[in-house]
Amino acid sequence: MHSKLGLDFKRVEHARSVAGKIAAEVQSFVEGYTTVAVERTLCRLAGIDGVDESQVPLPNIVVDFIKERGVLSQGVLFYIGNAMVATSLSPQEIAEKVSLGELDITRLPIASKEQIDKAVMQVVYESIKIISARRARREDYLKTLGEGKKPYLYVIVATGNIYEDVVQAEAAARQGADIIAVIRTTGQSLLDYVPFGATTEGFGGTYATQENFRIMRSALDKTGEELGRYIRLCNYCSGLCMPEIAVMGALEGLDVMLNDALYGILFRDINMQRTLIDQFFSRVINGFAGVIINTGEDNYLTTADAFEEAHTVLASDLINEQLALMAGLPQQQMGLGHAFEMEPELENGFIYELAQAQMTREIFPDAPLKYMPPTKFMTGNIFRGHIQDALFNMVGIWTGQGIQLLGMPTEAIHTPFMSDRYLSIENAKYIFNNMRSIGDEMEFREGGIARQRAKDVLEKSIDTLERIEKEGLFSALEKGMFGDVKRPRNGGKGLEGVAEKGSNYMNPFINLMLGGK
Amino acid sequence: MSGGLYSMHSKDFDKTLDLTSVRPYGDTMNDGKIQLSFTLPVPAGDEAIEAAKQLIKKMGLDNPQVVFYKELMPGFTFFNCYGSCTHTVDYSTIYVPKVESGVMDMHETDTFIREQVGRKLVIVGASTGTDAHTVGIDAIMNMKGYAGHYGLERYEMIEAYNLGSQVPNDEFIAKAIELRADALLVSQTVTQKDVHIKNLVELVELLEAEGLRDKMILVCGGPRLSHELAKELGYDAGFGMNSFADDVASYIAQEYVKRASIK
Repeated sequence: MHSKLGLDFKRVEHARSVAGKIAAEVQSFVEGYTTVAVERTLCRLAGIDGVDESQVPLPNIVVDFIKERGVLSQGVLFYIGNAMVATSLSPQEIAEKVSLGELDITRLPIASKEQIDKAVMQVVYESIKIISARRARREDYLKTLGEGKKPYLYVIVATGNIYEDVVQAEAAARQGADIIAVIRTTGQSLLDYVPFGATTEGFGGTYATQENFRIMRSALDKTGEELGRYIRLCNYCSGLCMPEIAVMGALEGLDVMLNDALYGILFRDINMQRTLIDQFFSRVINGFAGVIINTGEDNYLTTADAFEEAHTVLASDLINEQLALMAGLPQQQMGLGHAFEMEPELENGFIYELAQAQMTREIFPDAPLKYMPPTKFMTGNIFRGHIQDALFNMVGIWTGQGIQLLGMPTEAIHTPFMSDRYLSIENAKYIFNNMRSIGDEMEFREGGIARQRAKDVLEKSIDTLERIEKEGLFSALEKGMFGDVKRPRNGGKGLEGVAEKGSNYMNPFINLMLGGK
Repeated sequence: MSGGLYSMHSKDFDKTLDLTSVRPYGDTMNDGKIQLSFTLPVPAGDEAIEAAKQLIKKMGLDNPQVVFYKELMPGFTFFNCYGSCTHTVDYSTIYVPKVESGVMDMHETDTFIREQVGRKLVIVGASTGTDAHTVGIDAIMNMKGYAGHYGLERYEMIEAYNLGSQVPNDEFIAKAIELRADALLVSQTVTQKDVHIKNLVELVELLEAEGLRDKMILVCGGPRLSHELAKELGYDAGFGMNSFADDVASYIAQEYVKRASIK
């Protein structure tokens, strides 16, 4: 491939191979463990849904039940499969009986492995079929309706009320948005369960629930059909319920999911073992469902400096890429993250941004990169903010980003008004159309600022990756090598939900979803 | 758009500045010019424009001008408008409570603490409750600081602990006791449905219940906070937009010395 920046692709390959070794070490740990979130996901894949009278989701009831009896390590499918053999009930009926205290699934006579496998595989194939059909439906829509040009225009809605969100989303789609992200309510990432049903109250966002997913997906289908353009729906597979949200999205036809391997550890203080185990299964599901994942490297630059710490973004992109590949996610579904967060007063800041964005583009040629707008230096001066967003849009079209997360002039003031979204979409459409082919027209001068910048960032990230490889990822996280944030291996939230896999443990979805048998 | 904006009409109002009756300023003293934008939940059209104008008049603006409108989706129309404000305010009698201490830079504050306190001040900060935003607390505490103002971690005479985001109030207090904090910094960014007020009040109540309220300097900050609101909620000081580590550090240092001298 020809590099407009004069990148040395041999160095890029070296960076990738170091990141591959880091990811492989993580993976060898991940494969030996499960978590309560993974087990609840398996409950949902077995068709267990609903809540008891105190609004506790049945998947939580079943998983807590086996955890309290000290047998989480055997996995929930083993007990459900065994109970299916013993009682001839469906997983949902079994869960209801567990919830009512009428059935102890850990004390039934153990059937033969063949019988349990047979019972489990019945429900496994059922859910695989639903998810495949969902994927086919999207692909069919993309064929018949088509989609917007890249970079996709990505906007957020965040009213707290799913029905109000629908109105905002429809307006945004009509104005030209390609992806609607429903921001989650603040605090949801730390809930160790997924709330149930349609919700109308939230803070700074709307609860992610399966019903809310369904309501929004069906509204966007309707609007998309009318507009003759498929509108993608995005939510958040992060926090303590990564794989659970992934499976809900897969069942309801979500198209994009925030899904970072390290974000929860760094920015939500979730235990690193928990997150790394959870991210794997969540990505297996997203990969199989054809969902584009978005990684969260942009967040590093809200805590660390965008100029000084650009290499940590690239290093993390490379690790995220390798971990995603191990979970069966193809590059075409990797919305690797980076952000326009240079200090606006920095001389030639635009050139550095341009160089970094072009570098990221060339290092990940097949990935629909997710480019994040300025947030840290948005001040409440909405007029300057609109110009900052314009510069961001220029870099986006110039360097061929995949997903342009539109900045709002009112960033740092409130969640977007309908009119804020309009102004931002108009800004992006104007610039994208006016500058459509500028990237094809321009190369970067040899010996110039941009080439030097790209080279420096790549070399520094290789250095960082080599240090992480020497340390191991766990230890690197303990030492604060990402975003200046330090996290202890046994600290943070959710560690009590991690268990080593026992002798009866089964999760047939991983093989099936990775394309094996 | 015809009319007012390029109007050549003589401006027949008093053009001298009177601080007892201040009006907005466009390009001529007392012209009262205001720009505003809003969306009405009505379809675009002449009726929509008229509705916008009537609304502007009701806001106390004369000569309403709709200079741009656009239907955002069927049934919702966005307007950019101008008008001349008929109201005035008496600037000369305004009193706003503020943090009264003077602002020192990092070195001055370090010297002040070294000479007046003789040991490092311990400051513990966090974005508390469900608030996941660290931007504010990081801007004040992180070594690098924000917009050229070094953060508290950089101060030689301050021992700064940034606990990050989503720290529950009780954990925050436990940590403050453990670290023997002299001052607590609470950052609140999310303000939807006044969630920040509830959370800020809860912290004060917990501190009072533990008998700790008077033992620490309690400071809150965030883009939608003010000193006045902070005082109302039972805090010693509040810092809003455009506040930096310098403001916070010099306040805490001076307040600490002031309290020590009273004891």
